[in-house]
Amino acid sequence: MIAYFLLGCAFGAVFMEAEVVSWFRIQEMFRFDAFHMFGIIGSAIVVAGLSLLAIKSFNLRGVGGEPLGLAPKTLGNGVRYVTGGTIFGLGWALTGACPGPLVALIGSGVPVMIVALVSALAGTWVYGLLRPRLPH
Amino acid sequence: MPHPLPWYIAGPLIGLVVPALLLVDNKAFGISSNFRHVCAAAAPCGIDFFRYDWRLGLWNLTFLAGVFTGATLAAYFAPPTVQISAHTIDALRALGVRDFAGLAPQDVFTWSALLTLRGFVCIVVGGFLVGFGTAYAGGCTSGHAIAGLADRQLASLFAVCGFFAGGLTTTYLILPKIL
Repeated sequence: MIAYFLLGCAFGAVFMEAEVVSWFRIQEMFRFDAFHMFGIIGSAIVVAGLSLLAIKSFNLRGVGGEPLGLAPKTLGNGVRYVTGGTIFGLGWALTGACPGPLVALIGSGVPVMIVALVSALAGTWVYGLLRPRLPH
Repeated sequence: MPHPLPWYIAGPLIGLVVPALLLVDNKAFGISSNFRHVCAAAAPCGIDFFRYDWRLGLWNLTFLAGVFTGATLAAYFAPPTVQISAHTIDALRALGVRDFAGLAPQDVFTWSALLTLRGFVCIVVGGFLVGFGTAYAGGCTSGHAIAGLADRQLASLFAVCGFFAGGLTTTYLILPKIL
């Protein structure tokens, strides 16, 4: 468990120092006024992608012998990804924070974000409630 | 420390979280699953989506506790001084934003602003949409945009297109109405 905590700490510190947690940076991104956020997300994808390829080519396995890797997502007709993604995007630009930064901001100068966090929990709960009636 | 931490350092470090979690115990990077775990632990209310052992997500909740701790310590010891592009500042100023000093504008993100339209929509409605949307899409920026795209999953590409469709709609159509 300590490994997860320390990895989280490192991730949170990078988030803060790179200003990914800033509402202003998110606005700058959605207005295409700076490369900063695109550079971060893009290079993170490239490094994560190369790491996944390396893990696959070395055929790394876990303690139980299962191959390491991410489980493929069921695409279906894709409605849940486009619709859910758009709803999240609307909220992302309003709060200026995706889920990680939402939590990160509470202790670092924007305490009112705890209200946004509770509201996000309510959003997930309402999704759970409506899930049987939503297209997936 | 220079601010912001340059993208070519921050991005790769964030990307390395994906293999690090796989190497520790084959765990998939994704922050928003924690919303579901908290709901399942605190208020499952017999809802199918929350009927599983939330303790399986303890590792992720621990990771999130680390994110909070790391960010809080970093903000304390090396407070960021956000200097965004002049073009964005002009655009936001035209919408009525006056404060550019911190991580988020004080015009919107304070306790007293919660009772204003802009504060309520940005904080309460925005938070709700983040929680609802990530649960519906099955992931957020970490799980879909970084881990999912890195794994070349089509579902994640759909989700990320949605993220930007929603973000651009808010930026150009909603914020001008409420700020």
